[in-house]
Amino acid sequence: MAILATDIEALIRETFPDAQIKVQGDDGAHFAAHVVDESFRGKNRVQQQRAVYAALKGKMDGPAGELHALALTTKAPD
Amino acid sequence: MTDVKTQIEETVKANDVVLYMKGTKEMPQCGFSSRVAGVLNFMGVPFTDVNVLADDSLRQGIKDYSDWPTVPQLYVKGEFVGGCDIITEMTLSGELDTLFAEKNVTFDKAAADKIREANA
Repeated sequence: MAILATDIEALIRETFPDAQIKVQGDDGAHFAAHVVDESFRGKNRVQQQRAVYAALKGKMDGPAGELHALALTTKAPD
Repeated sequence: MTDVKTQIEETVKANDVVLYMKGTKEMPQCGFSSRVAGVLNFMGVPFTDVNVLADDSLRQGIKDYSDWPTVPQLYVKGEFVGGCDIITEMTLSGELDTLFAEKNVTFDKAAADKIREANA
């Protein structure tokens, strides 16, 4: 099953209800997501992105993963 | 599983810079692995490449080890630094230079500047 950009946004939104989320990509496998959330403040990029990957609940990579490629950028609000 | 974890731990501690990737640095088999290997090659950073496609237990094991769901994964002095997106950002911002300098890893500063010029 291909996944849609709106599905990805909805999954991220569940964990980060107040975040600014922008997801681009329409081929069902390759996406770029940009997430800006207050909870990222004081965390390094690895910690920030681990939290986003966790929100995607195993859809990333792996044998069951529908998402082959998600280019992720994260930051705390300016 | 424990064996894989031990094996990874030994590898990242015994080598200053280790890239877990799909394929090898001479012949990457994924665009993301290729990008990170390319940056390290261009910056003249000596690194050990580990091909996760050659070993299924390693392919899953490296994800469990770092709690990070994707490959490539870059380790410097035993510490997980990030995947393709993070390394790209750090290269362009100069943070990667700072990290290598702090950790006493040799790299070509002029080459790093060239990457930034080309992407400015």
